[in-house]
Amino acid sequence: MGSYVPQTEAQRQEMLAAVGLKSYRELYRDVPEEMYLDHPLQIPSGMSEMEVGRAVSAMAEKNTVFKAVLRGAGAYDHYIPSIVKYVPSKEEFMTAYTPYQAEINQGILQSIFEYQTMICELTGMDVSNASVYDGASAMAEAAAMCRDRKRQVTLISAAVHPDVINTVRTYCYGRGDEMRIVPVKNGKTDPDALKEMLTEDVSSFCLQQPNFFGQFEDAEKLCAMVHESGAMAVMSCNPIALAILKTPRECGADIAVGECQPLGMPLSFGGPYAGYMACISKYMRRLPGRIVGQTEDAEGRKAYVLTLQAREQHIRREKATSNICSNEALCALTASVYMASMGPSGMAEAARQSMSKAHYLAAELCGIPGVSLRYTGTYFHEFLTEMPKIPEVLSALEKKGILGGLPLDGGVLWCVTEKVPKEVLDETTACVKEVLGK
Amino acid sequence: MKLIFDKSVPGLSCSLLPPCDVESTELPEEMKRKDPPALPELSETDVSRHYSELSHHAYGVNCGFYPLGSCTMKYNPRIDEEMAALKGFTGVHPLAPADTVKGCREVLDTAGKYLCEITGMSDMTFQPAAGAHGEFTGVLLIKQYHDSRGDSKRKKIIVPDSAHGTNPATAAMCGFEVVNVSSDADGCVDLEALKAVLGEDTAGLMLTNPNTLGLFDENILEITRLVHEAGGLCYYDGANLNAVMGVVRPGDMGFDCIHLNLHKTFATPHGGGGPGAGAVGCKHFLKEFLPESALLGSMEKGDGMAASYASAVLPAQGEPFAEPEPSPDNAEGIPFQVRSFSGNFLVVVRALTYMMTLGKEGIPEAARSAVLNANYLMRKIKGTFEPAYDRICMHEFVLDLSEFKKETGISALDAAKTLIDYGMHPPTMYFPLIVHEALMLEPTETEGKEMLDWAAGVFRDVWQRAHENPDELHSSPHGTQIGRPDEVQAARNPVLRWQKA
Repeated sequence: MGSYVPQTEAQRQEMLAAVGLKSYRELYRDVPEEMYLDHPLQIPSGMSEMEVGRAVSAMAEKNTVFKAVLRGAGAYDHYIPSIVKYVPSKEEFMTAYTPYQAEINQGILQSIFEYQTMICELTGMDVSNASVYDGASAMAEAAAMCRDRKRQVTLISAAVHPDVINTVRTYCYGRGDEMRIVPVKNGKTDPDALKEMLTEDVSSFCLQQPNFFGQFEDAEKLCAMVHESGAMAVMSCNPIALAILKTPRECGADIAVGECQPLGMPLSFGGPYAGYMACISKYMRRLPGRIVGQTEDAEGRKAYVLTLQAREQHIRREKATSNICSNEALCALTASVYMASMGPSGMAEAARQSMSKAHYLAAELCGIPGVSLRYTGTYFHEFLTEMPKIPEVLSALEKKGILGGLPLDGGVLWCVTEKVPKEVLDETTACVKEVLGK
Repeated sequence: MKLIFDKSVPGLSCSLLPPCDVESTELPEEMKRKDPPALPELSETDVSRHYSELSHHAYGVNCGFYPLGSCTMKYNPRIDEEMAALKGFTGVHPLAPADTVKGCREVLDTAGKYLCEITGMSDMTFQPAAGAHGEFTGVLLIKQYHDSRGDSKRKKIIVPDSAHGTNPATAAMCGFEVVNVSSDADGCVDLEALKAVLGEDTAGLMLTNPNTLGLFDENILEITRLVHEAGGLCYYDGANLNAVMGVVRPGDMGFDCIHLNLHKTFATPHGGGGPGAGAVGCKHFLKEFLPESALLGSMEKGDGMAASYASAVLPAQGEPFAEPEPSPDNAEGIPFQVRSFSGNFLVVVRALTYMMTLGKEGIPEAARSAVLNANYLMRKIKGTFEPAYDRICMHEFVLDLSEFKKETGISALDAAKTLIDYGMHPPTMYFPLIVHEALMLEPTETEGKEMLDWAAGVFRDVWQRAHENPDELHSSPHGTQIGRPDEVQAARNPVLRWQKA
């Protein structure tokens, strides 16, 4: 019903006349008659704001919002501070385009510069870009950064998130590169297999920390093997874990990537999220995407601008490092506000509590006969259990308003964040016990 | 403005989390990072005021006139935001069981159905997160199509010289060689030049119509016919769909697949550079090549049970789990994907809300008004700055300032920067590349006649001043927080992060 066109019909006629036209059809004089739509679109009529509000809300109500989420697998239900929801909804941030005009967008440019710094601090890297689409495309872009004429094979651990592996596979297919999957052993990348697979045509090895099964990889050792073979190491890390965990830089990675979603973004059925990408300075000019740099104006005032644009598609066209232009700026801003309000101690606390609660739940669940951990290594906030009656267990939890772990590979992959209180963890254990009849 | 790090006071924090209510588990010493990250330590007041200060030095379309050509900066309705913030959408896990996410499916299905109708396509995916991501997805459809037929000689993608830089960059990312085809005197595809490059090695054509000059290519049916005749497919870059939605459909123009920028045409906010959504549509014969989440796909196949890449085959219920050898064959039969899960879902919620508001009447009305506004503004500016192509335009037009520059010494950049001092966001500069000293204006349909009259007056005033007192324009803008930044220095001596003193 509305089209947000702030004109009366009389004004439009006046404007048409000013252009020298008699009808709307004449505006489309270049459109051949045979394709000009002579019938209305087959979609419903427009609605008032009140009606639309009702109709879309009715769709939202068809979804189940659980009181507790014990499922992660790439999307994590952490506590989101109230201020994190409000800052990015300011219209100046939300409704701006990419800050091409630095003079009127210092606020946005500075916020990106601050985001880049925070990502560098978290990962230990020298340079970060302004974000990419998500953690999966970040890994795929990173793998593409590593290739050269001689090395066009990407290795990736089978313990990386399946969507990430498949995204890397897709980008490799595009470029005509090959992707090979390194097998896992006891839930972690098999170092012996990796060693064998590191041939001289390998450009990079991609690793996830903690990995898809929640296990910590022996990242330092793996990165060292990769470098010995002359390839580059790409590490995807959970950003909350990085508040306390050895950084990708300390592990020897060349490029750090990951999913920003845990940094203040709601689950939202998968998006929008953002991918972070950072690297050591040696590879700075290979990074794809927007990068903000500090400079000054003619009067010596500090200024921020989009920089190193010689890498980008609008200058380099088919020779660009990537085709990316829009990224996930508002999500990067969200991540910045999250990191600023949590601070180093708050983020470390969220990481520690998530890990502690996951270990608590694991111990409680494994106290039930028939339930056991599949993998024996150290883990962060996700773990995979063997258990009977998986569909029954999950549906019993669902009835209590609890989204249980992800049924995976014949087991259940659980995730616990700081958001889940002990009572709910105990309720979960009691429910599992009841279903298993023990 | 001070950086947030310079406001940090060691020991300050916000009160956000309760104490841990279970026994603490610590990381093993050898796994801990050496030093904590130097993130700022602030109170909530500090955080709030810092970002308020930054927001006062940012300019969005909801703040004022934003005629940034090719970016379709139309007003972003607040109801769309309210719908995207509903807990029933934000609180849904992407891997939640199918019967608990029926509302999300309804959003995606309904939006898909409407967009298929608007574009004349038969299927739609929302996986791609932005326009360029959608281009990548779309050209991969073309690649998979030829590969599936064993047609390995098709190595070239044809791109007009007026195209966005993303087009050739995308073709290269998909392993294709880029062939540029020139524009004719009217700014449209030169048919003879096109015929000359078509052949057995043609994989496809990437085209924006209306093109980046804001002109509708009246030969479009002949163009797509020629490409099909050569065995290639036609890809529609939907960057400029706002001119024609509800009026003419890319599917009817002969295109096989398209991407749409929901953050342009369908009024979702740009967020200072994303998140967008680059929905990709295709005709039925390409449907099997659309991207899909491997994890979600495995849940569908495994009756709710997901599969990792470590497990090619799921063990039967009750059987012990055995880790099989992964091999490239494990991937066989799994569709490609360009990111995780189902895409930027909340952006689709906004776009659907917008489409439902406009409906079948409002959508063509918006397109028509966008075209009317562009023509009206062009007409009002004419006589000072001159259009590169003096004919009825679509939703945007390009001014050619090369003569003006010869007369006054004032460049497109100078003129654009001068506009800032009037409180207007400048148009797109120096694009498309085939027009020298280009300024590209796209007013969109959400501006009233008064705003267009004002904007035309501003342009005429700048033109006048350039002839009378050009010197002051060389150093504009004057009323902003900073003057023109030194971009050369920024690239030569990159300072890309704050460093602890």
